[in-house]
Formats: sequence, C-alpha cells, structure tokens
Amino acid sequence: MYMDSARDVPSGGFNFDNCRRNAALLQGGFKPPTTTKTGTTIVGIIYKDGVILGADTRATEGPIVSDKNCAKIHYLADNIYCCGAGTAADTETTTDLISSQLELHRLNTERQVPVVCANNMLKQMLFRYQGHISAALVLGGVDKYGPHIYCIHPHGSADKLPYATMGSGSLAAMAVFESRWKPDLSEEEGKVLVRDAIASGIFNDLGSGSNVDLCVIRKDSTEYLRNYELANKKGERQLNYSFKKGSTPILHTTIKDLQITERVHVVPMEIS
Amino acid sequence: MSILAYNGGCVVAMRGKDCVAIATDHRFGVQAQTISTDFKKVFHIAPRMFLGLTGLQTDILTVRDRLMFRKNIYETKENREMAPKPFSAMLSNFLYEHRFGPYFIEPVVAGLDPKTLKPFICNMDLIGCPNEPDDFVVAGTCAEQLYGMCETLWRPDLEPDQLFEVIAQSMVNAFDRDAMSGWGATVYIIEADKITERSLKTRMD
Repeated sequence: MYMDSARDVPSGGFNFDNCRRNAALLQGGFKPPTTTKTGTTIVGIIYKDGVILGADTRATEGPIVSDKNCAKIHYLADNIYCCGAGTAADTETTTDLISSQLELHRLNTERQVPVVCANNMLKQMLFRYQGHISAALVLGGVDKYGPHIYCIHPHGSADKLPYATMGSGSLAAMAVFESRWKPDLSEEEGKVLVRDAIASGIFNDLGSGSNVDLCVIRKDSTEYLRNYELANKKGERQLNYSFKKGSTPILHTTIKDLQITERVHVVPMEIS
Repeated sequence: MSILAYNGGCVVAMRGKDCVAIATDHRFGVQAQTISTDFKKVFHIAPRMFLGLTGLQTDILTVRDRLMFRKNIYETKENREMAPKPFSAMLSNFLYEHRFGPYFIEPVVAGLDPKTLKPFICNMDLIGCPNEPDDFVVAGTCAEQLYGMCETLWRPDLEPDQLFEVIAQSMVNAFDRDAMSGWGATVYIIEADKITERSLKTRMD
C-alpha cells in the first residue's frame, strides 16, 4: 500500500488528478462541499504619514463561524501588508507565495520593493487563474514614492485608491469612509476611522465579526496591531458545568507509556 | 447532501493543560446504511501526534497514506521527528495542491511538540485553510453540534482527567443528535509521558 504512494513525490504546482472523479461524484446529485470563506470586511486608507489597513477576524463555512479570531492582514514585505477576503485558503496561499517572490526580488535588486511591484505580481497571478482563485485583496504599503493602497479583484483587475474596502462588509465600511475620510488625516484620526469602518462591517454584515485588527505602515516603521479592539467579548460563565470524574462510561482503557530515557554523557575536554 | 457526509463520522480535538485530547467515533456507513462500527478516523502518526480525518472514507485512507509517505521522506531527510506544526503546514500544502480537484476530507491534527511539549491543535477545510485556535477544533457531520457542546463545556487549563470528561461528553452528546455519526467512540489523551486510549460506551443506534 505504501509502495503505491511512491509516485506521489511532490512536483510543485496544482494537481488535477481528482478532477474527473470529483465531477463524476458530484454528478450523482451530491452538493459540492463548502470551503472556508472569509466573508470579511477589509479596508485600507492613506493618512498623513502612511497607510492604515484594517480587518475583522471572522471566518465562516456556510452559516457556521469556523474561526472566531483569524488573521486577515497578511505580511508581504516589511513595508507592504495585504488584507484578504474570499476563499480563506486562496488568500492565505496567494499572499504567502507573493511574499516569498517579493523577498527574492528584494535580494536580487538589493532595494526595498515598491508597492506597485506587489500589486503587479498579485494581479498578474490572479488574472492567470481567470478568477478561479477567489482572492479579493486590499494591498497597502509605503515606499520611496509615498503611501499606496490598491484594491485587487479576483479576476485580476486593480484600482489605486486613497481609501478602499473589500469583502461582504465593504458597503458598510465604505459608507463610513465616504462620509468621514479626508486627505492628511492624523494617525490617531486614521486609526479611529478605520476602526469605525471595520466595526460597522462587524455589526452590520453577517459575514464579518469578532475583533478589529489594524496595521499601521509608516515611512520607516510598521505596527501590526493584532486584536486592536475586542469588539465582542465572550460572556463570563457564572456556574461550573464540569462533570465528575467517572461520569462517562468507559469500555476499556489502554495506557501507552512513552519510554523516555534521558542520559547526559559528560565528555571530558582534552586539556593539553 | 454534501459528499463530505457520504460516510458519516466526526472528530474533535481539545487543548488542555500540558496535554491534548482527540476523539473519534467508530461509524463507517454508506449514506443511511451502516457498514462497520470499528472504523476509527484517528491515526497515530508520531509518538505524540495524532491525525484525524473525516469525510469520504476512500479519501481518508488515500490522504493518510500519501501524508505518511511525505512525512517519512521528511524524517529520513532531516533525521528528526516531525513536529505537529510543520506536519500541519505540509498537510495544508498537500491539500492546496489539490485546490481544483480536492480530496473530500476535513483534517484535524493534535499533538505535543516533541521538543517543547507545547500542546498543538489544528483543523482545516478540504483545500487546506489552516485554523489553529487555542481551545478546540471539530470536524465531521455533527460539527455544528460539536461546536455547541465544546463551546459550553471547554474551559482553559483542564487537567488530563477533566479534559477526558469534557471531550467525551461533548462528543457523545453531539453525535447522539446526529444519525450519521456514533456507534462507539475512542478518546486519546496525549501527555508528555503517556498516551491514554479509552473506548467509550455509547448508544448503538
């Protein structure tokens, strides 16, 4: 059985071996399974000294909340971060892949990578896959040309904007920006604005929820504020619901002791 | 019906104080018909690491074999034991390779890091989006019920004995409300020095 797997030496890239089988299975009237989505409110703004990215922290599988505190602001480079909405596995792997390509690019060119370069790599990759990789991204960063926010759609189109929102809560968040964003906000004003935009997504959109994550990127420093605000704290349990030991009937128990032996050999040093 | 629910079954893993627990039911069915009641979906893959796979049974076995192959290659190359975290990363990559023709499984990884002995739990969707919370992870046809049970019974820093009761009661009460899972259950408690396997007495209907 294990011999049979020998042909499964990983070769890189996608593997389409199961496609025909899966199509046949799904033809039999079975529904295709649900993947983890980040319904998501993600935003980014330009302020006086840089950019601020924001995200909620809910991941859903259909109507079920599968992760109450996931991180949607992904690292691309020291001066570039990227928020992801859409299929969670896609946003995660796409940003990881581009992050490693950007690092190689930085080492090759011996320069800080500009934000436009990350934008190009991401949109070219998404366009190549014709929207099958469903990642909707808000890319933000600061380079020698100044602060930049890009909004990248799953089919590979991108807009350069002073303030952007994406995901199912984008309308709620954009309403906040449209009414209150102005050029040259201070950092404190910017943080409050982004926090309010995410909060309006969290409380008005079912696909978004839990906490607020922020990421402030300035000209020469970056501050990732994970769980900047815990918007939804879990209630304290008033009583103790623990079961007494032995309340679950057990048929049989086997205990496997892990034989751990630790020996330290002292090797005398040769002193001549 | 989703293809993930074709054979039924569920797995849950929880973090305790310096220990982790993982539990599985024993049912293998074909839709409503039960074929076997001794199919455990949890595999002991390293001294302190377990892999639980729910979903389509044919894929459970295939994925287990393919992962063991990759894990063995890693361990031969590196000449050291694979820790749960890199194993999960490998599993996530493996599943994402099959992004456009996935295996119909939902994995759960539970274990202790071989060096630091820190508890680790993780689950993924079928295309490998990892989720590493600090409380519990669930998978299978009664995931919704399990979320409810775990959310009420779990609390931080459970000792191994208490963790067993919590995970066992969560599991049993969740799959009693699910026709596709049940028919016996096994709980594994992983501690630094021993692994305790307990078979539970459950409803057999």
